[in-house]
Amino acid sequence: MNIWDMLSYAAWVAAGLFLLWIVVDAIKVSLTYDEDLLMSSREGLDELDPDQAQSHAVENSHAK
Amino acid sequence: MQNNTTTESTGTGTHMNMLKVLTPFHVWALGVGIVLVGEFMGWNFSVAKGGAYGALIACWVIGLLYSCVAMIDSEVTSTVAAAGGQYTQAKHIVGPLMAFNVGLYLVMAYTMLEAADALIVGDLMTAMAATFGHEGLDPKPFVVLTIAFLAWLNYRGVFTTLSLNFVITIIAFASILVLFVAVEPTNPGAVLQHEGLLTDLPYGWIGVVASLQFGMWYYLGIEGTCQAAEEVRSAGRSIPLGTMGGMMTLLIAATLTWYICTGLLPWQYLGQAFTPLYDAASILGNTKLQVLLFVATMFAAIASANGCINDAARAWFSMGRDSYMPSFFGAIHPKYRTPYRAIIFLVPIAVSFAFTGLLDQVITFSILSGLLGYTFMSLNVIKFRKMWPLGSIHRGYVHPFHPLPAYTLLALCSTTYFATFLGYGSSLLSILAFYIVASIWFTVRRYKFVKRGEQFTMSWPRPKGF
Repeated sequence: MNIWDMLSYAAWVAAGLFLLWIVVDAIKVSLTYDEDLLMSSREGLDELDPDQAQSHAVENSHAK
Repeated sequence: MQNNTTTESTGTGTHMNMLKVLTPFHVWALGVGIVLVGEFMGWNFSVAKGGAYGALIACWVIGLLYSCVAMIDSEVTSTVAAAGGQYTQAKHIVGPLMAFNVGLYLVMAYTMLEAADALIVGDLMTAMAATFGHEGLDPKPFVVLTIAFLAWLNYRGVFTTLSLNFVITIIAFASILVLFVAVEPTNPGAVLQHEGLLTDLPYGWIGVVASLQFGMWYYLGIEGTCQAAEEVRSAGRSIPLGTMGGMMTLLIAATLTWYICTGLLPWQYLGQAFTPLYDAASILGNTKLQVLLFVATMFAAIASANGCINDAARAWFSMGRDSYMPSFFGAIHPKYRTPYRAIIFLVPIAVSFAFTGLLDQVITFSILSGLLGYTFMSLNVIKFRKMWPLGSIHRGYVHPFHPLPAYTLLALCSTTYFATFLGYGSSLLSILAFYIVASIWFTVRRYKFVKRGEQFTMSWPRPKGF
C-alpha cells in the first residue's frame, strides 16, 4: 500500500467521521430541544425594523 | 424538553433566530468565493465557440448582465433582511408559484455547482497523484471528503465558514494578480504573444453569441450574496457593499484571466483546456508559480463548494420555514444558529450528483437554473418598484437608471437562452420540463401546506394598489 492508497482510505474515514458527527449532533438536538422552539425563527429582523432589531440585539448578547 | 437559554422573548413569543455576525467582507467572500473557480476553469470553453475575441466579448457582455443582477439584487435585498435570497423576494413581490420555482432554481443551481466543485477537487487530486507517478487514483474519497468537511463546517457556524472563504478566496484572487505581474504586461511580446496568437472571429458573430453561455462561468453565483441577508449586520448597507465590491473584483479577475491566457495559449488549445490558468503558469517554466496556481485552483473550488452549501441550505431552509417544503427543514440549531437540517439533507444529494461524474451536464443544469433565476429578477424588480415606489419603504441601496437595468437584463437573458439552445438544446428543454413538472406538483400537492399569511413577517407597509 503506497501513500496515495493510504490517503484515499484516510479521506474515506475522515469523511465518515465528519458526517457521523453532524448526524449524531442533529439527533441529540432533536431529542433535547422542543420542536416548536427549533422552528421558531422569523425573517426580517434588522435595523430596518427598530423594535425587532432591539430585541434581537438582546438575543445576540445572550448567545455570546 | 429542555428549553434554550440563548433565546429571548421578542415580545411576540420566543424565537430561535440566526445570529447576525457577518460583515461586508463575508458577503464579498460568499459571492466571489462561489464564482472565482470559473476563472480557473470553464470560461475558456467560450474560446472554443467564438475564438479569443469572442470570449472577450462574452466576458464583458455577460459582465453587463451580472452587473444588472448585482444592482437589482442589492436594492431588493437591502429591503428584505431574510435568508432565501431571490426566493424570499419572489414570495413577497410575485407570489407562491414563482417563489417555489425560484427557490428550486436556487437549491438546484447551488447543489449542482457544489457537486461540480467537489468533482474538480477529486480530479485535481487524481492529477496530482499522476504527476507523482501514481496513475488512476480514485477521486471519489476526496469528493466525499470535500462535501463532508464543508458540510460540517457550515453546520458549526456561518462566521467561521465565511471567514475561511474570505482567506482562501483572497489567496486564489491574489494568485491571478501574481501571474499577471509575472507575464510582464508592460512589456508586450516579451512573454505575452497576443500579436501572434489573437485571430479574427473563427466562427463569425454566431460563434460570439454561442460563447455567451460559457461567459457565465466568469460570474455565476455572485447573486448568492443575498442569502446572507439574515445573518449580516446591517443588511441594508452590507449586502450592497459586498455584492458590488464582489462584482468589481470579478470583472477585474475575468479580464486579467482572459488577457493572460490568450497571450500564452493558442485559442485552439485554450478552448478545450481543463485548467487554463494553471496551464498558462506551467508554460512559463516557473515551478513556484505552478504550485501557486495549483493550490489556488484547489482553493477556488473549495471556496465555491463552501459558499454553495451555505446558499443552498439557506434557500431550502427558507422554503421549509414557510412550508413550501416540509417544515421540518425550517429548524435552526440552538447552539450554532445554522439551518442544520437543511445542511444535512443536501449532503447526499450533492454526493449523488458528484458520483454521476457528469461534470458537463451538472454544470449546464446549474447554469440554466441560474439563468431562469436572473430572468425572474428582471420582472421582479419592475413589479417591486411599482408595488413599493421609492420612499415607501427604507432602501439601503437604490439602483440607478431604473428600468434600464431590468430591460437590459431581460434582453441579455433571452440572448443567452438562444446561445444555450445552440449548444445544449436538449438540456435546456429537459430542464424546462423538470421545472414544469415540479410546478404542477407544487400546485396540486404542496400549495395547501403553505403558510399563506404567516409567511409574511416583514413589517412592510401595504403595497401600492392593494
